[in-house]
Amino acid sequence: MDQTSANPALTAETAGPSDYFALLKPRVMSLVIFTAAVGMVAAVAADADIQFGLAVVSLLAIAVGAGASGALNMWWDADIDAVMARTVGRPVPRGAVPRAEAAAFGGLLSALSVALLALASNYVAAGLLAFTIFFYVVVYSMWLKRLTPQNIVIGGAAGALPPVVAWAAVSGSAPLQAWLLFAIIFLWTPPHFWALALYREGDYARAGVPMMPNVKGADATKKQIFIYAIILALTGLIPAFAGMAGWFYLATAAATGAVFVYLAYAVLKSSLEDKAPAKRLFAFSIFYLFAVFAALLIEDLVSLYV
Amino acid sequence: MSEEEIARKQRGRRNLAIGLGVAAFVIVVYLVTILRIQANVGAGTP
Repeated sequence: MDQTSANPALTAETAGPSDYFALLKPRVMSLVIFTAAVGMVAAVAADADIQFGLAVVSLLAIAVGAGASGALNMWWDADIDAVMARTVGRPVPRGAVPRAEAAAFGGLLSALSVALLALASNYVAAGLLAFTIFFYVVVYSMWLKRLTPQNIVIGGAAGALPPVVAWAAVSGSAPLQAWLLFAIIFLWTPPHFWALALYREGDYARAGVPMMPNVKGADATKKQIFIYAIILALTGLIPAFAGMAGWFYLATAAATGAVFVYLAYAVLKSSLEDKAPAKRLFAFSIFYLFAVFAALLIEDLVSLYV
Repeated sequence: MSEEEIARKQRGRRNLAIGLGVAAFVIVVYLVTILRIQANVGAGTP
């Protein structure tokens, strides 16, 4: 995902607010807002209660917390971003925002977002948000990313936590249903990023990031993608059997899960030179997550208001 | 427009964004306070 702003010739002196906004990884933030909103509505559908205004502020705090961890990631990974075609246009490697400012910006917003969530909801949610930021910045960015090809498997926990944080913001606890939403995103992350890494292999190798394709090879990565796709498709069905979703969700999760597995199988059977199946799987994986969470959201809204 | 003028204009924009950000944060904290008081009064808790 490219986070560039309009003017590539900007320097630290001439950087505008849009360059600082780009530090927050707006596209990732929008996905966090969506999954967190689904977690919030699911919690309300499960009989939790929160004032609408406080729910909106809590969602804002979660979004800003996610953005803050993105800024801290860009501070820490500026050297990696500078050599990858996908990230070279980000504000820090482009020279628009100095590294120290990205760190200060991310650190300040982290503290404010956690404090705001504590004020608007409760300490459980605020603690989970603080843990999410810590996990993404310290455990994933600083530790695992440059160390092991399992980086995004474990690091994926950070991206999977927002629905749990949102559920806790509404209910004050994190029950099993919230962790089911976590499990779906957690299991979705490896096939999603490995599909990307398969057709961006050179990028990661040049940056010295040990992604699965450039450490274990494309064949081993394709096998793992296929295995994760099967586990994900099956896990995606569980909410329907755990009493938190109905037939509409089940049909959506089953259909999109089957397509996910089929596309993962196409990647498994593809030749080394053919990058198209990996690109197709990467694109569909985004749709899969959106479809499954949207189905849950629709069912919950219908049960609440119809 | 010279680079110095662009830098001055962008500095102004950055300052405006910081000002609006701080103002928004103050307003949000104020609103949260009101909403929480409202919820506590409604629930009969001190």
